[in-house]
Amino acid sequence: MSGAATKAGRTLAMGQDEAAGGGRQSVEAPFGRALARLGQSRPDIVGLTADLGKYTDILPFRDAFPDRFFNVGMAEQNLVAVAAGLARTGKVPFATTYGVFATRRAYDFVAIALAHSNLDVKIVAGLPGLTTGYGGTHQAIEDLALMRMIPGLTIIDPCDATEIEAATEAIAAHRGPVYMRLLRGSVPVVFDAGYRFEIGKARQLRDGSDVGIISTGFMTERALDAADALSKQGISAGVLHVPTIKPFDAEAVAAFAAGVSRIVTAENHVIVGGLASLVVETLFDAGIAKKLTRIGLPDRYIECGAVPTLQAKYGLTTEAVIAVIIALVRTTA
Amino acid sequence: MLRNSPPGSADIGALERKATQLRRHMLTMARGQGQGYIGQGLGIADVLAALYFHELRYDPHNLAWPDRDRFLLSTGHYSIALWAALAEAGVIPVEELITYGADNSRLEMSTLDTTPGVEVIGGSLGHGLGQGVGQALGLRIDRSDARIFVELSDGEMQEGSTWEAAMSASHFKLDGLVALVDCNGIQADGPVVLDMEPVAEKWRAFGWQTSEIDGNDMKAVVGALAGARERNGQPKAIVLRTLPGKGVPRIETSEKSHFFRVDVAQWDGIIAEFENGAAR
Repeated sequence: MSGAATKAGRTLAMGQDEAAGGGRQSVEAPFGRALARLGQSRPDIVGLTADLGKYTDILPFRDAFPDRFFNVGMAEQNLVAVAAGLARTGKVPFATTYGVFATRRAYDFVAIALAHSNLDVKIVAGLPGLTTGYGGTHQAIEDLALMRMIPGLTIIDPCDATEIEAATEAIAAHRGPVYMRLLRGSVPVVFDAGYRFEIGKARQLRDGSDVGIISTGFMTERALDAADALSKQGISAGVLHVPTIKPFDAEAVAAFAAGVSRIVTAENHVIVGGLASLVVETLFDAGIAKKLTRIGLPDRYIECGAVPTLQAKYGLTTEAVIAVIIALVRTTA
Repeated sequence: MLRNSPPGSADIGALERKATQLRRHMLTMARGQGQGYIGQGLGIADVLAALYFHELRYDPHNLAWPDRDRFLLSTGHYSIALWAALAEAGVIPVEELITYGADNSRLEMSTLDTTPGVEVIGGSLGHGLGQGVGQALGLRIDRSDARIFVELSDGEMQEGSTWEAAMSASHFKLDGLVALVDCNGIQADGPVVLDMEPVAEKWRAFGWQTSEIDGNDMKAVVGALAGARERNGQPKAIVLRTLPGKGVPRIETSEKSHFFRVDVAQWDGIIAEFENGAAR
């Protein structure tokens, strides 16, 4: 974290996000655009939100299909219940709110009203992990762990604009309940147009043998940049991107892990219950015992602040990934 | 075959006999297990008889018919009443009722939607009304005139999600949605532990067209259902004052009527008490 960043850092207004860094191109509201596009050919798709339409990029769908859009106000239990009812009449609801509310506040509804009946509802959840400066009330840092415990729920943590658009199409085509983390606003483009997203499939994006980074969500962007930087220092780092948390691609993870000397997991989430836990369970089941380091958030509530400040402090930056890997390689030669 | 489409003039005597038959089925079920939520079931028997044999538009041989009226039992533990109604309506075999609450029976103590005729998983209280709102919105998109009837209870009004749903129903002007609010005065810890009165005033304040009746008076039930048919931009609430255990004096007066358990030997006396009352 640089001194300049500390001086300039401040918590932004709700709904305002820091400019996407890394010098990459970006796309505005990839989820909302993809959903509005899908709505043309899919009259069964309906949109819902709980007073967070503006903040979850769903307004392009509302503007295109006002008769198929419902804002239920600040009532997340009802958001999920209403979506369940719509699904029972043959609709495919996309319901948006923040991850903290979809999980902690509406959990029983997601579990019983949706998942127990395998209803065709897609929950699209904003502010995953450390993507807001609004502290523990708004940072969904444990949502993957919570949702993982719900039988039959598909869970997606996309990396970039390309993947969000592809995943929106994929979950609309998939039958059953889905929880997808949303990156909103101006979302960087990390993957090229040839990238293929498939529910339940991990993608190996870099080959490497010294260390294998297994990452999900926007941490894959950091992992790729870190792998490029490390190669210049003579460290060969592979990257396996795991955008689907459930069902988990255990086969790909075990195969990838078998081919590297050390393993690093990287997630925009607490390091308990999410990707790291899934990888450890998978490796144990497969009988693979290797040095493994977990990059992610600590098991504690996180303060308010500017997102770049917080991501630097809690180790979710490319620089932090590089530092962890160099230390790991040096200590386990 | 379509049932009750549209509802014609009601034969009150015939509906009362249906309610008696539903109660008879419930006592058979509770006797089989020696226990059950029989108090609640007996209390709501008149309403279910009026719905399934007069008001609801449905086809017992085509349960997935998109234009069917739907009955959502939010209080899943009232399943004993729903199984009785579904058996009497021909959806499930009457002979199956004896399996109520037994291992591997599909007539569970709390409703799951894997059983034919069950529109929603009840039991986690506060879930039903919001799902009814969603179904009513879906029917509106499809331009269907089918209606949604959601049973919920006085205790269930303590769940905040009930009021989230109530707000949204009037906001969306869901005039084909009817809430049947069973006020039997009991909940898990005994007599209602948190005062919910005045119940009808609460629903009115939330924008619902509301009536309040004796839920064990068939004529009043049929009249209230008829009064809820108008598509006037308002959701409808019928506050039903019901007596748990209705029809069996020793259950009516039991403090334990939230969950009723008696020895096998006593069931003969209970059923005799019920049949004596039914014969009068």
